[in-house]
Amino acid sequence: MGVGILVEDLNAWYGTTHTLQDIRLHIPANHATALIGPSGCGKSTFVRCLNRMHETNPIARATGVVKMGEIDIYKEASPVEIRRRVGMVFQRPNPFPTMSIYDNVVSGLKLNGFRNRRVLDETVERSLKQAALWEEVKDDLKKKSGASLSGGQQQRMCIARALAVDPEVLLMDEPASALDPVSTSKIEDLIFQLKSQYTIVIVTHNMQQAARVAENTGFFLNGKMVEFDSTHKIFTNPKDKRTEDYITGRFG
Amino acid sequence: MATQPLSNQPPHPMDFQTRSMRINNARRTLTNYFISGLSILATILVILPLIAILFYLVFKGASSLNLNFFTHIPAPVGEQGGGMANAIVGSGIILALASLMGIPVGIAAGVYLAEFGRGKALATAVRFTADVLNGVPSIVMGIAVFSLLVQGRHFSAFAGGVALAIMMVPTITRTTEEMLATVPHAIREAALGLGVPKWRTAVSVSLRTASPGIITGCMLAFARVAGETAPLLFTAFGNQFWSLKLSEPIAALPLQIYIYAISPYDEWHRLAWAGSLVLIVLIMVSVTLVRIFANRGVLKGGS
Repeated sequence: MGVGILVEDLNAWYGTTHTLQDIRLHIPANHATALIGPSGCGKSTFVRCLNRMHETNPIARATGVVKMGEIDIYKEASPVEIRRRVGMVFQRPNPFPTMSIYDNVVSGLKLNGFRNRRVLDETVERSLKQAALWEEVKDDLKKKSGASLSGGQQQRMCIARALAVDPEVLLMDEPASALDPVSTSKIEDLIFQLKSQYTIVIVTHNMQQAARVAENTGFFLNGKMVEFDSTHKIFTNPKDKRTEDYITGRFG
Repeated sequence: MATQPLSNQPPHPMDFQTRSMRINNARRTLTNYFISGLSILATILVILPLIAILFYLVFKGASSLNLNFFTHIPAPVGEQGGGMANAIVGSGIILALASLMGIPVGIAAGVYLAEFGRGKALATAVRFTADVLNGVPSIVMGIAVFSLLVQGRHFSAFAGGVALAIMMVPTITRTTEEMLATVPHAIREAALGLGVPKWRTAVSVSLRTASPGIITGCMLAFARVAGETAPLLFTAFGNQFWSLKLSEPIAALPLQIYIYAISPYDEWHRLAWAGSLVLIVLIMVSVTLVRIFANRGVLKGGS
């Protein structure tokens, strides 16, 4: 089951650039939350702060409180623990090219030293079914490299890989931006089904996508969160003038 | 389509039927042939010496090759026959020692440079040292190891292995670093994002993805030191008799070839040729075997 995320006074820097400024936000459990905003506004940095991927960049820094359920992820947990509980899907599909489809899906378990064959088999089947990829790949799980799949299939495999470690939160950083419309709609269907079990945070450039999949939407601009409300409200009756300008296409 | 210009406007620039376009086209085709020809010529120039050397070695050495060559130790001066069995085995031992020491150290240093040392002063120092070490003449390496491990003790197979290992390290370190640098950062992020610790990501993901290139680097380093004579002169020293002890002087093919080649006897000259042929064939066989084994686990459609 997913957990809610509470963010308080989150600030992030890349070198001397202040990329995120005083973000306060509550992301409800078992819902999909979309983050929209023009390029470079800090959406990606924000989600990378939620699983402490931000700090893998040597010049990056973050301060503030991020509570995942009861745990303050910056004070009470190591980055490795947090990343096991928070799955992440990246903008471009990034399968491990040397691994089979099977090994790609269970890589999170195997690379953390988990080797029980029966459990691994079950996990592969469950995760690939959850990611709606099982039927397409079940015959060459161990024969084909994960990199031999099409872009859309690779991205669904990456989602399966994230789900295989049974996370509570799933972060998706523009998961469909490198995909064709058919693959995109498959990914959106997937998000729709998954959000009953996981807390999903999805960064998107595509406002229709936000409107289709997310209950809540946050609008980012220049490192600040301008507005956060139910998706319906954001798209029909935004409080802030800048949100309205953005969703009506006046800038960005 | 040869369109007749209606007025005296210049013809459309993409009309391939105009005179200037036809000349242009012919020029491009010619340039294409010219450059392709140059590349083929260069390739031939690269392969030619190798083929020439191989043929010459076969021509000079094959006649002296027989079963005795592989099963007997060198015969005393004046006696017929004799072989290089001890030198072949000795080379094998020294190279195995060198690989066992040089390859892990080289790869580990390369992993440090690429995965952990980005922008650190120590990494810059290591990189600089590796580059300088790469340029150290092999005879100097021999003397250095001589003063470290041999002086005051005695010549040994172990010292020979160390000298060759030190020569392998810089090549392996730098190729490992270069190959790891070609692994896309997105793949590391994928592993880190799954909660895989950084060291495990470096070993099981980055290193594994870069392994074909790293294996090539190790093979290059191996092939390079396999034929080295100078570093062994003061370390392994050579041995006319059977010895498998690491603490004793040991025979090696390059050393035996060297000794035979500078000798005044025709019989020994012929054996030197045969030894050279065996050395080059053994290097080719071992490199090919490693390639075959390295390619066995590769999956369909991987990049």
